[in-house]
Amino acid sequence: MTVLPMTRLSVARSRVAVPRLDWVLCGTVAAILTLGTLLVWSATANNDVLTGGQPTAYLHKHLVNIAIGLVLAAAVMATDHRWVRIVTPLVYAGSVIGLLLVLVMGSTINGSRSWLIIGGLSIQPAEFAKLAVVIGMAMVIAERTENSRRRGVGLVDVALMGAIAGIPALLIIAQPDLGTMLVLSATVFGVLAVAGVPRRWLAVLFVAGVTVATAAVTMGLLKQYQINRFMAFTNPALDPRGAGYNTTQARIAIGNGGLFGQGLFGGSQTRSRFVPEQHTDFVFTVAGEELGLIGAGVLIALFAVLLWRALTISRDADDMFGRVAAAGIACWFAFQTFQNIGMCLGIMPVTGVPLPLVSYGGSSMFASMTAVGLLQNIAIRGSQASRALRPHAR
Amino acid sequence: MAALPVRPSVSQRSRLRLFVVQALVLSLFLTLFARLWYMQVLTGESYQVQAAQQSVRDVVVQPARGLIVDDLGRPLVANRSSWVISVDRTLWDKLAASVRAATVRRLAHAVHKPVADLESRTLVCGEPGSLKGRCWNGSPYQPVPVARDVPQRVAVKVLEQSEDYPAVLAQQESVRAYPSPYGVNGAHVLGYLSPITKGELDEATRTHDSTLNGASVVGRAGVEKSYDTYLRGVPGRKLVTVDSMGRVLGDSGEVQSIPGDTLVTSIDADVQGFVEKQLHQAMMTARGTFDKVTGRNYAADSGAAVVMEAKTGRIVAMASQPTYDPVVWSGGITSKELRRLYSKRAGDPLLSRATQGQFAPGSTWKPVMTVGALNNGFSQNTMLDCSSGVQVGNRLFKNYESAAYGFISFARALELSCDTFFYRVGLSFWQRYGSDPSNVHAKEPLVAEAKDFGFGATTGSDLPGESSGRIADRAWKLSYWKAMKGYYCKVDRKNTTGVRDFLHVFAHEFCLGGYDYRAGDAVNFVIGQGDTMVTPLQLARAYAALANGGRLMAPRVAKAVVSPDGRLIKEIRPKVVRRIHSSRAALAYVDNALKGTPREGTLAWKFGGFPLTKVPIRGKTGSAEVYGKQSTSWVSTYTKDYVVVMMITQGGTGSGTSGPAVRKIWEHLYGIKGMSVRPGKAAIPGTAPPAGLPTFARDGSILPPTTKGARR
Repeated sequence: MTVLPMTRLSVARSRVAVPRLDWVLCGTVAAILTLGTLLVWSATANNDVLTGGQPTAYLHKHLVNIAIGLVLAAAVMATDHRWVRIVTPLVYAGSVIGLLLVLVMGSTINGSRSWLIIGGLSIQPAEFAKLAVVIGMAMVIAERTENSRRRGVGLVDVALMGAIAGIPALLIIAQPDLGTMLVLSATVFGVLAVAGVPRRWLAVLFVAGVTVATAAVTMGLLKQYQINRFMAFTNPALDPRGAGYNTTQARIAIGNGGLFGQGLFGGSQTRSRFVPEQHTDFVFTVAGEELGLIGAGVLIALFAVLLWRALTISRDADDMFGRVAAAGIACWFAFQTFQNIGMCLGIMPVTGVPLPLVSYGGSSMFASMTAVGLLQNIAIRGSQASRALRPHAR
Repeated sequence: MAALPVRPSVSQRSRLRLFVVQALVLSLFLTLFARLWYMQVLTGESYQVQAAQQSVRDVVVQPARGLIVDDLGRPLVANRSSWVISVDRTLWDKLAASVRAATVRRLAHAVHKPVADLESRTLVCGEPGSLKGRCWNGSPYQPVPVARDVPQRVAVKVLEQSEDYPAVLAQQESVRAYPSPYGVNGAHVLGYLSPITKGELDEATRTHDSTLNGASVVGRAGVEKSYDTYLRGVPGRKLVTVDSMGRVLGDSGEVQSIPGDTLVTSIDADVQGFVEKQLHQAMMTARGTFDKVTGRNYAADSGAAVVMEAKTGRIVAMASQPTYDPVVWSGGITSKELRRLYSKRAGDPLLSRATQGQFAPGSTWKPVMTVGALNNGFSQNTMLDCSSGVQVGNRLFKNYESAAYGFISFARALELSCDTFFYRVGLSFWQRYGSDPSNVHAKEPLVAEAKDFGFGATTGSDLPGESSGRIADRAWKLSYWKAMKGYYCKVDRKNTTGVRDFLHVFAHEFCLGGYDYRAGDAVNFVIGQGDTMVTPLQLARAYAALANGGRLMAPRVAKAVVSPDGRLIKEIRPKVVRRIHSSRAALAYVDNALKGTPREGTLAWKFGGFPLTKVPIRGKTGSAEVYGKQSTSWVSTYTKDYVVVMMITQGGTGSGTSGPAVRKIWEHLYGIKGMSVRPGKAAIPGTAPPAGLPTFARDGSILPPTTKGARR
């Protein structure tokens, strides 16, 4: 294990053992945040309509988001995990209430009702819901398996976890936010798999999911324009002014980058603002055009490293909560990253999900940074537990 | 910390599962990288070609201009959408010259306009060959409009056959529409719009005024001009991506335009429509009436009428003739129409006679002079001789038709409009203070009173381009002499042969002592003749001061500015300019005296059978003589609620020409039929103008004010 030794964390002074941070994870996240800041800045620097003529307006806002995110991450990291368990139901309840409020009094941006505007701040509760579902499910499975000395995962466990995931999922479908729904499904499936749900049940769940999706399409639950919008990545003509336009422009911008890119702040497509939502959902196109295969490839590689660390932390976790939570976060980040970059590259449907830690937007940034903090928390605890049980391990 | 280790079996299973997840994640990321490589390296060139071919067009989305509504919320000015054909210059310039020429020809045929006209409209101002007035003032990166207000089928043709019309677009824009309730024309009150000028655009750019752009239209007259900043709204922007042929690929992001605010006016559509009709009718009748003095029918070449709320100075109706149809300005005016609007032959229809026309007030001036006389030594018991003539210096000033009524009071002199009575008043002041004709600083109490009543200065109304009128006092005479003596002295010097015609006699006298303020000037002044001039609006306001006990108001057309969603943005309150410096008794005396005019004075023959006891109308007529022209007809009347003034140039006597029309307006205002007054049938329900504003419903409809009859 590549956990580097570290000195005491000032915030965790009360602890008996010296906590160990995952420094590779720290470095990777720092690199992604830095790169993301440059990309957001470049995407907004000459968009006067957005910035009101102030080129650094979004740079400043993004840096503020990162600062808040860092505070959240540090707080979660320093929290005793018993507290995490106590706080979890609150976080969960909070996001469910948020999702309900969105349906009642939310603002519609880009066709789906996903935003809560509170005192000038726009909040996207679905971002926090992903985090809440992951730790909620992890907590349920942990309580169930640690307290009873059963050998397997029972029907009740799956049903409970299903309920935890189901409530926010239904509320997100109602928005409708297909992108978040896809990410949430993949995450839940990953959590269930890592939690040790028997293989045949997973198969049943998978088949059931596919059946429901097909039924929704064939029985006309989805409107034709929604299907067209979803499928526009295969044929832009299906939605030429909407998703088709987005996917075409995203591809042109990325293709225009070539091997080395046109240089930061030098992308002609980015300067001319051909790609809509380029500082949020389509931020990867800035990397594609301005940094080329080299730069965009580095960004993908950084995410790969991040996920490798997350999965390693999951593997080394010594309790069920840590293992399932870390794996859930990994699944969430992995699928959302794939969904977002895949959308920019034209191999995934155009659905509004942000690129974690990179896209401009407070809600996504705060939820992602909290997740990073939780990963560190699990890493520290895992290493302590390892040492307590096996003092000379590794 | 006491978490129990996971039981081995579950633990092992999930460790295994983690490996599977790891493998899946790795494959997902490999897919992404492979796709990235495929797009950027393997097929990158085709994307680079596409990138080079497309361009963006910054389209300004013009806001809908605010409505102008009347006191009950009826729209006087609204909007309708019209099609405009434009050219995208970035693409247009890339086309071959032959293709451009063919496109212009095709377009000219479709919109029925000369090819040269269309061609000059594709040019941006400042380019070689661009014509002032036809070139495009806006940004060359915006669509350049070449034909406005085209029929929809032309627009559809351009849109559908885009291969025949490369780089040409058809878009909708909103232009002014005039719903014209009660047949209202209202051109001079409402005003009109025309495209922004280069100077205005430069100024807007300098002051970072984002509400204006090269495609803006700006209010040029009336309330469209004075409340332009409220009415115009804020333009939006749209970034449209187009391919090399100008086909729209899509748009990325839009900043919505903000529609302009609604202007609520105190104009009442019912009254306005009625007053316009009456003015027109009175002029038509005058044109069919023989004038014994000049031996031909009255020309009645122009006229004005004002209905004002007496307490507040709010304008309820204002008409001016000749007028024009404001629709001609919508979507661009033709040069033929423009020439007509500025032509003398058509009677300068753009000139608002009510606020910009200046006319000798004639006898309607006398009430103001009476107030002045009573405040400066004359008493209500004064009796003066209304003889057939008065000798002033070497000239005999005669009464109208040389009538004589003996010794009478001010009140009777006003009723009869006795000139010789007022000559004596004027002469008395001149003798008392100013018998030295060259003394510019001599005391002039009657001039001071006229100025106090707001004459000789603009009224401060909210209508642009008002005339100030003129008080022909000593100072004016001196300045006029200074300005003109060069010319007249030259005429006099050149007259070596001693010709004694009118011009040369006048030139000689003017050159020697044109600055002298003689007794003749003083007596002319007191009956509203000579060089003194007023606007009908000034006169209406002075009479409003008589009606409301001495408050001189700044006339107002606008009552409030309301946002499109019905929020009150600015309330425009009536403004008191000053209290007139006069004893209450003098004002009350004149007010009472003027009640006699329709009862037994100059208006009596036109007000027979009118319920004067229930609606006591005060009035004064005037027939101002204009050198070389037929006389100007004036009627100025008021009650405690309204002031009604009507003026017709070359129209004959006040009562004869305007009397019947003014009577009809009063009957309409009060709902009078025969001798009965029916407030329910009044033009404005409840007779008095509503104090409150119309109700703006959430669905965008505008309802009449909920409070009626309440007064401010």
